[in-house]
Amino acid sequence: MLTLLGVGVVVLGFLIRINPLLVIAAAAFVTGWAAGFGPVAILVAFGKAFNESRYVSLVFLVLPVIGLLERYGLQERARMLVARIPAATPGRLLVAYLALRQMFSAVGLVSIGGHAQMVRPLIAPMAEAAGEKRGAELSSGARFRIRAYAASADNVGVFFGEDVFIAIGSILLIKGFLEQSGVVVQPLELSLWAIPTALMALAIHGTRLLLLDRWLATQTAVVPSESSP
Amino acid sequence: MARDANRRRAVRKLAVIGLEEVYLFAGFVFAGFAVQSARDRSNPRRFGTAAFWGLFSTSFLLGSHLPDSANGALALALVLLGGFHALGKGGERTTSEADRRASATEYGNALFVPALIIPATALLGTVALKNVAPGGMPFIDAKQATLISLALGVAIAWIVALLWLRPRLLAPLDEGRRLMDTIGWAAVLPQMLASLGAVFALAGVGRAVGLVFAHYIPFDHAFTAIAAYCIGMGVFTAIMGNAFAAFPVMTAAIGLPLIVHKFGGDPAIMGAIGMLSGFCGTLTTPMAANFNIVPAALLELPDRYAVIKAQLPTAILLLAANTILMYVLVFRFGAHHA
Repeated sequence: MLTLLGVGVVVLGFLIRINPLLVIAAAAFVTGWAAGFGPVAILVAFGKAFNESRYVSLVFLVLPVIGLLERYGLQERARMLVARIPAATPGRLLVAYLALRQMFSAVGLVSIGGHAQMVRPLIAPMAEAAGEKRGAELSSGARFRIRAYAASADNVGVFFGEDVFIAIGSILLIKGFLEQSGVVVQPLELSLWAIPTALMALAIHGTRLLLLDRWLATQTAVVPSESSP
Repeated sequence: MARDANRRRAVRKLAVIGLEEVYLFAGFVFAGFAVQSARDRSNPRRFGTAAFWGLFSTSFLLGSHLPDSANGALALALVLLGGFHALGKGGERTTSEADRRASATEYGNALFVPALIIPATALLGTVALKNVAPGGMPFIDAKQATLISLALGVAIAWIVALLWLRPRLLAPLDEGRRLMDTIGWAAVLPQMLASLGAVFALAGVGRAVGLVFAHYIPFDHAFTAIAAYCIGMGVFTAIMGNAFAAFPVMTAAIGLPLIVHKFGGDPAIMGAIGMLSGFCGTLTTPMAANFNIVPAALLELPDRYAVIKAQLPTAILLLAANTILMYVLVFRFGAHHA
């Protein structure tokens, strides 16, 4: 039970907003100590895992290309594109992205999308432009909320789309673990039974994205723009 | 250790491009960030920033050949630099908003092409490149097809953008560094959390949590067991930051013994919806930094938890929906009822 101390360190650290890197290091040493490891053994285990999970950070490779395209007006171009579509609102645009992200993930194309590649350079500016279109300037609060929702559409889309694909890691993990325990299931069954939740995710998050439009309408009603015709 | 490194080198030689080559590419890019940061006098903490990305680069360039203890010391140095505010923001060597608008009008929708090369290459690589083997040696390591295709896509888009737009040669590095500086130390959070997960696993944290769930919750009714399993997946995933760590623990503690064996539920339905209940937890936790914290930094949101706050109601509603779905489906459908 003492090993759960590390979990407590993490929860407390995040709650009182200490720098997360320090929280993680503290939690690693507390957990290791509680389990009877010396500081060197903990450092070795931590270093091995750090090295083996380098692949998580490869996403930052896209930054030079995205940054360069931003230099030449990628975000502005994305805004211009949306400004020409009269029916576009932040909510509708993000619902469309959510549905597309889910569908691509469901056929195994999880790499189409992502925060660095799609959300920052394209989806978030498009959603912001759709919000600005009605003549009113967005408050910074509204702008930040639209961006946060753009990121959420990407996450919900990929999480609740990918399990419909039979060869994704989580499906293989479920199959593998059940098999070790003497229960044989087929990947196809697992991906089939991921569909009800995928539809619920689309319905719930889609509704919340559309409600974002309503919230934005109340925001702009309170602060009318002086420059609107 | 040496044998380990040798084995890794032997595995690498099975394909023209493996994960190790991708790490070298990333190492050089991060080294570029470090050098440009060190030269940037407008960054008040330029040497701290350069040291951080320099160490990060070292991890990618040499990590496979360093002993675990050295990698651990490297990770600890990153923690100390990031944790005690050694990083600063560089001057933004980029264009003004007016320049950008003019340029967007000039280049038009063709600007999207290099950006779309990255996912297009990822798609092509995952689907087709896996099976290309000129002269008998596979072009890419099929097990790492997604990551390798991502790197290939970046390299192609980088070259295309350089030839087409003709910026200064170092402009991509400076623009990349501009975005990297907005993320700052949070960039290493996902990797640090994965490492903490490994220490948790080593110390048996999962087993302890499973014991807590199995011992302190009464399961005389099927619904109680299902609710405990789904909510447990969500909560435990939020703690660990990863549904993959929670699934074996919760399934061994509650899923298989109670839902499947005692109450006769279908294991495929339980497993599928159980994992997705874990994903609800992922939406709520700063521990899943690559999904929740890094994007907040990347989108320049002042509130580090803004993305989590946008997701929290969805996560709670969807977890409730999953619990009900599992209760309705698991005893009626599926091919595995005894």
